[in-house]
Amino acid sequence: MSNIEDLRTAVISGKRKDAKVLTTALLEQGIAPERLLEDALIPAMTVVGDKFKRNEVFVPEMLVSARAMKESMKLIEPKLIEAGIKPKYKAIIGTVEGDLHDIGKNLVATMWKGAGFDVIDLGVNVTPSAFVDAIETHEPDIVGLSALLTTTMPAMRETVAAVKATGKNFKIVIGGAPVTQTYADEVGADGYSPDAASAVDLAKSVLAA
Amino acid sequence: MKYTSLTISDPDQLIYGTAPHPITTKHGMVIGGGMIYPELNFTLPNIKIEKSSMPEIRRHYQQIVSESLQRAAELESPGVVLEFETLPPMTEFPEFGMDIVKILLDGIEEAHGKYGLKASLRCTPNDNREFIRPPIMRSGRYWEAMLELFEKSAQAGAEFLSIESVGGKELHDDALVNGDLREVIFSLCVMGVRDMKFLWDHIVPIANKHGVYAAGDTACGFGNTAMVLAERQMIPKSFATVVRAITAVRSLVAYECGAVGPGKDCGYENPILKAITGFPMSMEGKTAACAHLSPMGNLAAATADLWSNESVQNIKLLGGMAPTCYMEQLIYDCRLFNQASSDGPEAALQMRNWLVKSDASLDPQALIISPESSVAIAQAIVSADDHYSAGIASAREAIRIMRDSSEKGSLKMDTRESAWLDRMEDELDDLPDTEEEFIEEMMEDVDTDKFVPEDYELPVLLTV
Repeated sequence: MSNIEDLRTAVISGKRKDAKVLTTALLEQGIAPERLLEDALIPAMTVVGDKFKRNEVFVPEMLVSARAMKESMKLIEPKLIEAGIKPKYKAIIGTVEGDLHDIGKNLVATMWKGAGFDVIDLGVNVTPSAFVDAIETHEPDIVGLSALLTTTMPAMRETVAAVKATGKNFKIVIGGAPVTQTYADEVGADGYSPDAASAVDLAKSVLAA
Repeated sequence: MKYTSLTISDPDQLIYGTAPHPITTKHGMVIGGGMIYPELNFTLPNIKIEKSSMPEIRRHYQQIVSESLQRAAELESPGVVLEFETLPPMTEFPEFGMDIVKILLDGIEEAHGKYGLKASLRCTPNDNREFIRPPIMRSGRYWEAMLELFEKSAQAGAEFLSIESVGGKELHDDALVNGDLREVIFSLCVMGVRDMKFLWDHIVPIANKHGVYAAGDTACGFGNTAMVLAERQMIPKSFATVVRAITAVRSLVAYECGAVGPGKDCGYENPILKAITGFPMSMEGKTAACAHLSPMGNLAAATADLWSNESVQNIKLLGGMAPTCYMEQLIYDCRLFNQASSDGPEAALQMRNWLVKSDASLDPQALIISPESSVAIAQAIVSADDHYSAGIASAREAIRIMRDSSEKGSLKMDTRESAWLDRMEDELDDLPDTEEEFIEEMMEDVDTDKFVPEDYELPVLLTV
């Protein structure tokens, strides 16, 4: 008999094949898919994320765990959809227009996925209108904007203004090397994260507010 | 491989201010001729670049050139290089870029007339080809506009042409965050090398046509991305160190195609290239903290022929506008280095050794560009048969240097870092012997939707 603890350990250790085998077995044992998500996968990624925050693991090691979670999610996700269970939060993320930097943005997306968010990644060089279209289509709970250049920060301001004009109910968080809390306040974002490691805590705190 | 032996094989000859093949500027600066000069870099503050903001943007650059060169003259700098690294819209619309080139060249001539200051301009169009995903590397409007800016800036009198090219970056960012050394080698030594050859086979003839210098490329988007990620504890420093060693193989291609230096500042692999080619190099270190942090603030100066600040926004500091303040800092650093040189070769070597020793034991990324390490890695590269083998050889040499230094106690390295040495060595052991086999394996593994294989002369795999 497999147990949820084994799955959690497999994800923490980044063992993809084990994660797949255990997920299959646990689903066959009749364990509810949402339990696997809530009691194994998300706690596993929380452990890994915390280790990363404490500088105990590097990103490559964290991504090995993320891939193990993904392997498990491939099996769990269809069951969740079948049961009508939606992720607690939906997020849209992208690098603003004129900017091609995406390492930080990708890491935030990975960490949000690890926390159980449904993440729609719009990529890089995303125009304000593309953000607006995605918001209209997906109705997210949170929108993340990234910029690495001082000269693309104005695009961040324009994007915040454009997405707010949709009148939809969601939070906006921003980040990137030249961005500060002061700038976030100035442009009317709900939060600012200095690094990818803090992005999950930030998202949860602004969504709870 | 064009270079089969080293131009500088004695680490003691790899020293700041002196290069076996110096170059002389129009105003008479001899870069690599025994003296180190400042190279000032600057950028705009938070401002959107578009037609309507160009008057304000012009004012920024006019202020930068006039105030910084005035300060250089006041401090009696023997010469100075300005680098204009364009921002994306300035390459996309070459008329924007050329507006600024002309402002800077006018400012340089004015300072020469007014103060007798020797100054030169390096023009570095940013590589916009990645604005399309997957990037179109060998044709299209971004490619055409970039070539136009190279051509027109050379024609107008920018004496050095450089670029931070992006060929291979389509896969490299993922390779870094995944700690995937195989993919790093594929990005840099297969894709990067092919793109560099194509690119520099276009830039060198432009420079030659207009009598200016094809100065060189850097693997900034590769090696410095790794360095910044390591600095933030995201990837191991030992991995970033190996990446740095491999970047030298990619950057070398510009010189194989006819570039002559001074190599561009953000190429921390430049000491390795100086040992191979003998051309002068620009470097950045502690005075580049305004742009990014690094673990080799002093050591980077040890072999530099131009000493740079990487990039600083034109904002007001207490001492003046930031570029002017950085001009002053660079000049004082250069004065000190040049004073040591003028006291004789032993004093210069002592100064260089202090620069090296103050950083080398604290971080492998610093150690790897020390004169001794640079010569060792350069030797590994020129001993290889092709760029693929050179990539592997440079990686192995970097691992050997880190392991030996750590065992001797001359390099600080924790167990979390040193574990990666074994992991990387295992990855290298698993690589095939030939580039052909490697390409065959990798084209099945990598995400070929992220790049255009034809632009890298790579086979297109047919999917069934």
